Amino acid sequence: MKKEVFLWMAQRASAGVLALCVVVHLATIVYAVRGGLSAAEILGRTRGNAGWLAFYTVFVLAAAVHAPIGLRPVLAEWLGWRTPSRDLFAALFAAALWFLGMRAVLAVFG
Amino acid sequence: MSATLKVKILRGSALESFEVPRHPSQTVLDVVTYIQRELDPTLAYRFACRVGMCGSCAMTVNGAPRWTCRTHVDRVARNDSIEIGPLRNLPLIRDLVTDMRTFFDKWERAGGHFEGAATRHDDFAPVRPDSEDRKAADAGIECIGCGVCYAACDVVSWNPDYLGPAALNRAWTLVSDARDVKTRERLRAVAGDAGCHACHTHMSCTERCPKHLSPTAGIAGLKRAVAKAAIKGDL
Amino acid sequence: MSKYFALVHRVSGLALAVFLPAHFWVLGKGLEMEGFLRWTEQPMVKLAEWGLVVLLAAHLGGGLRVLAVEFLDWHEWQKSLAAIAGALMIAAGLAFALAL
Repeated sequence: MKKEVFLWMAQRASAGVLALCVVVHLATIVYAVRGGLSAAEILGRTRGNAGWLAFYTVFVLAAAVHAPIGLRPVLAEWLGWRTPSRDLFAALFAAALWFLGMRAVLAVFG
Repeated sequence: MSATLKVKILRGSALESFEVPRHPSQTVLDVVTYIQRELDPTLAYRFACRVGMCGSCAMTVNGAPRWTCRTHVDRVARNDSIEIGPLRNLPLIRDLVTDMRTFFDKWERAGGHFEGAATRHDDFAPVRPDSEDRKAADAGIECIGCGVCYAACDVVSWNPDYLGPAALNRAWTLVSDARDVKTRERLRAVAGDAGCHACHTHMSCTERCPKHLSPTAGIAGLKRAVAKAAIKGDL
Repeated sequence: MSKYFALVHRVSGLALAVFLPAHFWVLGKGLEMEGFLRWTEQPMVKLAEWGLVVLLAAHLGGGLRVLAVEFLDWHEWQKSLAAIAGALMIAAGLAFALAL
């Protein structure tokens, strides 16, 4: 009961964070692509950049919260998966996104 | 417009065809009544007031749940034909008649009845009609429990435990009622996977409600009220 | 109408949930950046990127609609919010297509 309420709140909060992050991310990518930046130029700007590292860490965290919570109702309503193992799967998916996401963030900004 | 209307009625799993004479201002209920009286007396269907007040005649017409007494054939006929079936999401009794018990059980489970604390010895409760709470309640109290919203709802068809738009709308009108004292219990009843949080704002209920109510808005109100209560530790 | 926006929102969310881990995995592999950038020049990759941005725009637009219905007072105009959300989806997709 209370779990559903807090999941609902976490979903809306992470949605707000993602909305901002996505806009910034897309704008940045378009800027880099349009500007014809080379790999060396991109990495020169991203590697060791604490600001961007922090930004993308927040981005990954919000995504790791938002995607699993969003998947839960789809699993129940379209696959009929309503047992407690569904929540375990969602938690594992969150952990996977967090792990893979931070690995990518550190590879580009570390 | 031809002189006859081709009617297909879903009876159990079979579609049966009938031909009915067309008249101006004919309603779908007129059509069903004609079929039962003149063509097939075994056709089972429900109606009562036949003037758009009771909601008993709700059925699926060309795929959408409607009050058949308030649906003019001219408005819905395509190529001089219509297809009629029972309401979706409810167990079938026979032909066009569904079992409304789950609908009303869920109404009760959502805390759908008023509970006050005042007695005949207390003064009237002063409730301003223009207060935000009263306006919210007034926007939803005209529900007559016809089941059209319940039939229209995709989440009801995907989730058998989902309380549904009508029950949740009623709970919202009571949560918004300043005189009711069971708010906490009601919020507990409507929170969760089977309650307001399962609503994905498809808004089919709002689209189809014959009284132009918006269960979606009521359910959104419940989502906010439940969140506030949870944060305050009141849930 | 809102039902279709909700379904687009759901399906785009599913697609993104499949894409995101793959996206992270590719980036985290420590691919040689130059080689990686060359790979992204391929037309199929560009098409996939465009598809992903459309999915993202669709999901974001649909999500904004949900937030509006859940948090703002009910008004008739909220129905047209769905239409505006759709327009924004297409606009975002087109803008990205032009930038590619």
